[in-house]
Amino acid sequence: MKMMTHLMKKLSMALLLVNVWFCTAAWAVNDLPGGMGVNELNLQPAATKIALEQQWLHNFMMIICTIIFVGVFGVMFYSILKHRKSLGHPAASFHESVKVEIAWTVVPFIIVILMALPATKAVVAMKDTSNADITIKATGYQWKWGYDYLKGEGEGIGFVSTLDNEQREMSNNGAKGVDIDNYLLKVDNALVVPVNKKIRIITTASDVIHAFAVPAFGIKQDAIPGFVRDTWFRAEKIGDYHGQCQELCGKEHAYMPIEVKVVSAEDYTQWVKEQQKLMAAQQDDPSKVWAMDEIMKRGEKVYAANCMACHQANGKGGGPVKPLDGAAVVNDADKTKQIHVLLKGQNNGAMPSWKQLSDTDIASVVTFTKNNWSNKTGQLVQPADVLAARSN
Amino acid sequence: MSAVLHPHDHSTADHHGHDDHHGAPAGWRRWVFATNHKDIGTLYLLFAFTMFIIGGILALGIRAELFQPGLQFVNPELFNQLTTMHGLIMVFGAIMPAFVGFANWMVPLQIGASDMAFARMNNFSFWLMIPAAVMLASSFFLPGGAPSAGWTLYAPLTLQMGPSMDSGIFALHLLGASSIMGSINIIVTILNMRAPGMTLMKMPMFVWTWLITAYLLIAVMPVLAGAITMTLTDRHFGTTFFNPAGGGDPVMFQHIFWFFGHPEVYIMILPAFGIISQIVPAFARKKLFGYASMVYATSSIAILSFIVWAHHMYATGMPVTGQLFFMYATMLISVPTGVKVFNWVATMWKGSMTFETPMLFAIGFIFVFTMGGFTGLILSMAPIDIQLQDTYYVVAHFHYVLVAGSLFSMFAGFYYWSPKWTGVMYNETRGKIHFWWTLIAFNVTFFPMHFLGLAGMPRRYADYPMQFTDFNQVASVGAFCFGLAQVYFFLFVVVPVMRGRGEPAPQRPWDHAEGLEWEVPSPAPFHTYENPPTLNADATRVLAHH
Repeated sequence: MKMMTHLMKKLSMALLLVNVWFCTAAWAVNDLPGGMGVNELNLQPAATKIALEQQWLHNFMMIICTIIFVGVFGVMFYSILKHRKSLGHPAASFHESVKVEIAWTVVPFIIVILMALPATKAVVAMKDTSNADITIKATGYQWKWGYDYLKGEGEGIGFVSTLDNEQREMSNNGAKGVDIDNYLLKVDNALVVPVNKKIRIITTASDVIHAFAVPAFGIKQDAIPGFVRDTWFRAEKIGDYHGQCQELCGKEHAYMPIEVKVVSAEDYTQWVKEQQKLMAAQQDDPSKVWAMDEIMKRGEKVYAANCMACHQANGKGGGPVKPLDGAAVVNDADKTKQIHVLLKGQNNGAMPSWKQLSDTDIASVVTFTKNNWSNKTGQLVQPADVLAARSN
Repeated sequence: MSAVLHPHDHSTADHHGHDDHHGAPAGWRRWVFATNHKDIGTLYLLFAFTMFIIGGILALGIRAELFQPGLQFVNPELFNQLTTMHGLIMVFGAIMPAFVGFANWMVPLQIGASDMAFARMNNFSFWLMIPAAVMLASSFFLPGGAPSAGWTLYAPLTLQMGPSMDSGIFALHLLGASSIMGSINIIVTILNMRAPGMTLMKMPMFVWTWLITAYLLIAVMPVLAGAITMTLTDRHFGTTFFNPAGGGDPVMFQHIFWFFGHPEVYIMILPAFGIISQIVPAFARKKLFGYASMVYATSSIAILSFIVWAHHMYATGMPVTGQLFFMYATMLISVPTGVKVFNWVATMWKGSMTFETPMLFAIGFIFVFTMGGFTGLILSMAPIDIQLQDTYYVVAHFHYVLVAGSLFSMFAGFYYWSPKWTGVMYNETRGKIHFWWTLIAFNVTFFPMHFLGLAGMPRRYADYPMQFTDFNQVASVGAFCFGLAQVYFFLFVVVPVMRGRGEPAPQRPWDHAEGLEWEVPSPAPFHTYENPPTLNADATRVLAHH
C-alpha cells in the first residue's frame, strides 16, 4: 500500500509536469492555415473535393466502427459485470450454434461490401489524372524538392525548393524559445498554382524514394527514382498549403517540406511573367570568365543551398559524411578530380551526383571549397572546365 | 523447486513406470547442449525478453528525442538508426522468438508428446539466434552506425548504408534460418507426435494456431531471405535488382518485402489468438464457443494474408484495378478476424467468470486489439490510407495490434502457464498491478498517436512542427511509464517465480483449465509423456500414464 501511495505521488508529479508543458507550449503556437492545427484531433481542413471525400469516408467509417464497438463491447462488459463467479452466476454449457455463427459471418461481409462501395468511387476519382490544366514534375532530391512546369501556363519554369536554413539551424539548437507556426515548413521557393485548375503532379526522384504529400489536398504520391508516377488536385481556396516528405529518405527526411501557394488566375499569370523574366536574367553566360572574389561569393551561396546540410558550414562533415576541409581531393592540384566527384557522385551515391547543377554553379562551388576554411589552393575553376569535364 | 532453474527430482513424478532415462545435466552444459523442449523454451523466452528490453530502450531513445520539438539528444542520423533497430529487434528478436519459446514449452505438453521431434535441431535453432542478435545489436558500433533505412529496408536507401547493413542482412538470414528450423520442428511434432486419440480437430487452439503459423513461416521467410540477398548483391556485386541507376526497380523490393511482411504480421498474431482462445474458456468456466469455426477462421486469415500485401503500398501509385483488388481483399480479412472476437465474447457470455491476471490480460487483449483492428479496417480503405500512410496513425495502428495484441497475449500466457513451468504461483496483486499499469501506460503512449497521424505528422521524423508538441509529450510520458512497468514485471513477478518464491502451485491451478498440460504435476517434470498416454474421448484428460 505504501508503495502504491508513493507511486501515485510520482504519477501526479508527472502529470503536473505535463500540465506545465501544456501551458507553455500550446498557447504560444497557433493553428497553421493550410496545415496542421494545434492538438488537432482529426484530418486537416480540406481544400479539394478529394480531401473532402476522404473526410466523409473517414467519418462514415468512424460511425460504423463506433456502432460495432459499442455493440460488441457492450455485450462483453455486460457479461463481465453480470456473469461472474463472485455473483454466483453458474456457467452455461452451450458452445456452438451454427445459426449464430453463420449470421456473424454473413452480416460483417455485407457491412464490408457497403463500405467498399463509396471507397471504390473515391479510388476511381483519385486515380483520374486526365485532362489536367497544368502539369508539374516534382523531383525528390536528398533533401529538397525540384519543380518543373511541364505543360500549361508557366511551361518551362523550373526551380528548387528547400527548407529555410534558419529553421534547420533552430532544429539543431533544440528549437529553444521557438514558437513559430510554420516551424520546419518554411521554404525558399514555394510551388505556385492557380485556384480551381486541375493540377497534375508527376513525381520522380534522383536518389532514393521520397513522397510528395499535401494533406489539405488529400494527395500523397511516392517519388521513385527511375520511375514516374502521378497524382492530381484542384484546390478550391486561395492560400498557402503545407506538406512534408512522407517516405524515409535518409537523415534529413524531416527537413524537406512542401509548400503550395494557391493564387487567383490573375496573380498566377503575373507570377509566371515574373518568373520568366527572372529566368532570362539569371541565365548565366557559360563562356564567361570569372574573377576570384566574384566566383567565391557565388560559390558560397551554392554551397549553402546544396552542400551544407551534410558537409556542415565548417566543411567538416560528420558521421559517414566526409570532410571537405583539408580533404585530399579538394586540395589536389588536378582540379578535374573534384569536378568528377561532383558530376558522378561517390561511395555508391552516399555523395550523390550533382550534374543537374549548371556549369557555373559547379565551378563556383568547387572554387569555393578549394579556397575556404584551411584549404588554400588558390585554384580558380571556370565554367568551361566543368563543361570539358562533363564530356569525358 | 522449479522446472525452470532446477533439475527435476524424479521422486515427484508419479507416472514413470521405468525411470531409466537420464535427468537434466547440471551447470552450463544443461543450457548449451540443451535438447529438452522445456529448457529450450525457457532459453527462447529469456532471450526474447532480453531483446524486448534492448528494443524498448531504443524506443525510449526515440520518445525522449520526440518529447519536444528541436533536436535534444540525438542527431537525425542516429534517430533513424533508433527507429530501424527498434523495429528489427522487436519483430525478429523479441516477438517471434517469444512465441517459439511458448511453442517449445507448450506444444509437446498439450499434445501429449515426449519432446519436440528434432531435439538437436531445436538446440541449433536457438543458438543460431545468439550470433544474429550480437551482430544486430553491435551494428551501432560499426563505422557509420547501425542501419538507418527503416525496418522495412526499402531500396535504394539501403544501398547508401554503411557496413552495418551487411551485418544486419546476415543477422536476418540467421534469424530466418532459425525460424524455418523451428517451424519444421513444430510442424513435424504436431503432425507426428500427438498422443493416440488427439485428432487434429481435438487439438488445443494454441497448437492449431502454431501449426498454421509454422506453415506461414516456412512459406515467407525464404522470400525475405531472397529480398535481402538481392539487396546484398546490389550493394557489393554489381547487380541492380533494385537500383534504378542500372535499370532495377525499387518498387519490386517493396512487393517482395511485403509478400513476406504481411503474412509476417499474422505470424506475430495467430499464436496470440491461440493463447487467448485457451485462457478465456478457462476463466469463463465454459468451453470455447465455436471451436471449429475458430480453426477455419484462423486458416482463412492465413490464406488471405498472402493476397493483401500491396495495401502497404497504396502510395507507390499502382493501377486503379490493383488498388481496388488489394483494398477488397484486405477488408475481407476483417470477417474471419471479427468471427474470432465474436467467439471469444460468446465464450464469456453466461460463463462464471473470475478475473485473475491471465484473464485480465486476455480481456485487455480483446479490447485493445480490437481497436487496432478497427484502425486497420480504416487504413484498408485506399482513399483514407492515402492520407494516413506513413503517418503516426500507422504507428498507432500497428502498436495496437503488436503490443496490445502479441505482447499482451504473451503476458496472459506467462501468467497462465508459469505455475506449470515453475511450480509456484506468481503474486496475484503484483500481476494485477502489472496489468493495469501496462494497460494504462500503453494507451497513454499510443492513443494520442492516432490524432498526430490524422493531423498529418509523418513517421520516422526526428523533429516536428510545434502544433504536434502536446500529444508527443503525452506519448513520451506514457512510453517511459510503460517501460518501467515491464522492469517491474521482470523484477517483481518473473524473478521471484524463477527462484521458486511463492505459494507452491497445485497441479491444476485454474479450476476449469482444460488440456493435457494440466495432467502433469507442477512444476512439469523434466521429462513428460515419455510414452503416449491414454486419453479420454475429447482428448482433454489423461486416463492412464504409461
